[in-house]
Amino acid sequence: MIEVKGLVKTYGPKRAVNGVSFRVNRGDILGFLGPNGAGKSTTMKMITGFLRPDSGTATVDGIDVTVDPVAVKGKLGYLPESAPAYPEMTVEEFLGFIAEVRGFRSATARGAQVDRAIGLTHLSPVRKQTIETLSKGFKQRVGFAQALLHDPGVLVLDEPTDGLDPNQKNEVRSLIKAMAVDKAVILSTHILEEVDAICNRVIIISQGKVVADETPASLHARKPGARLDEIFRTLTASDV
Amino acid sequence: MTQISPIFKREFFGYFRSPVAYVFLVVFSVASIGLAFFVGGFFKANQATMQSYFTFYPWLFLFLIPAAGMRLWSEEKRTGTVELLFTLPITTLEAVLGKFLAAWAFLTLAILLSLPLAGTVAYLGSPDWGVIASTYFGGVLMAGSYLGVCSLTSALTKNQVISFVISVVACLGLLFLGWSVFSEVLGSIFPVWLVDLLSNFSFITHFDAFTKGIIDPKDVVFFLSLMGFTLFLNVVALER
Repeated sequence: MIEVKGLVKTYGPKRAVNGVSFRVNRGDILGFLGPNGAGKSTTMKMITGFLRPDSGTATVDGIDVTVDPVAVKGKLGYLPESAPAYPEMTVEEFLGFIAEVRGFRSATARGAQVDRAIGLTHLSPVRKQTIETLSKGFKQRVGFAQALLHDPGVLVLDEPTDGLDPNQKNEVRSLIKAMAVDKAVILSTHILEEVDAICNRVIIISQGKVVADETPASLHARKPGARLDEIFRTLTASDV
Repeated sequence: MTQISPIFKREFFGYFRSPVAYVFLVVFSVASIGLAFFVGGFFKANQATMQSYFTFYPWLFLFLIPAAGMRLWSEEKRTGTVELLFTLPITTLEAVLGKFLAAWAFLTLAILLSLPLAGTVAYLGSPDWGVIASTYFGGVLMAGSYLGVCSLTSALTKNQVISFVISVVACLGLLFLGWSVFSEVLGSIFPVWLVDLLSNFSFITHFDAFTKGIIDPKDVVFFLSLMGFTLFLNVVALER
């Protein structure tokens, strides 16, 4: 459902993303791994239409993001890194705003969508609280609720479990797993255990290039008996 | 263009979710009316006009509108919500217009809070309502032009202080060109036609006619085209 072909993005003299290509189908949970600064976030920002690629394309459900970004954005749910949200709004107001922009114009449709997202992400205890007063875990969940509010077919999650405690991580993972049945999900992470926990495919990216694209099992098979972080270190050795 | 309305609503009511709106409205009212009473000689003039109130508008706007406009884009950039906003299915133009119109509506509200002063004038004498109405109209248009400049500078940086300072300097330039004291200085150096041409780009030159009760299409066109031009640059700056 997501097809990425030869994405390139250059910041000044640095080529952040250098010809990244891959495909994600419905039902896939793709773990996007790589050291910090390898180009994970930049790639995701190009898929979601926030950044324009210097060359290459990303298509979502057959729509090219460089041709019709608004249509692609309508089909995507995106959780940016560190889950930004308007701090002075309450959870309910914020999700209501997202719902309205996502095309749920009548108060009842909006309310239903917001209630559904709040239910899925267990936000009901804080729904009347302003976002700036929330703990990091709750803020992350608000970002989640925002991303899946319109029940999109494609989810792009940039470090969804970053900064959460082990219980919250667990909860977020089971949430992603439960939702992914009929969705295409890309999630970036640098927590390797996460890959084993939820992903059915792994892409490792290093210095802007894809260095591995396979299942977690075949990644393990590269060096039988070795831990995942050893394999990761070997693959990304050039990226220091 | 239907996407403008949720953006507008969020932005406009956003002012009232924080103390910003209340502080701004109080300061604006106290400063503008204070200037009219203590500097402009509102009562001493013994005339049933609002001349002494509106005459300070170009100078008051110089500081207060950058204060209201500096956060428009720089805050979104600093908190990262700009990434959220531009991965929602809206175009840059819709976002720029939605936010601009909301801020403009807010400034219009601030201006209209002076209506009791018009009531006072009417109680004490019999003012020319045509002049008062045209001056309000001109004031609102001029506020929009100042705001266009501020919205543009705000899109150039994520630092609100820088945004404020650049806005003030840019507006000061546009103000000085038509200020009589400055024109005289220019007149001693440059030929008259050039001074006239430059003063045509000033807020004061175009606002003056409104305060005399004249709604000249060329003044209206000046303010509207300045808004259009700055908002166009605003879109370009954000899409860059």
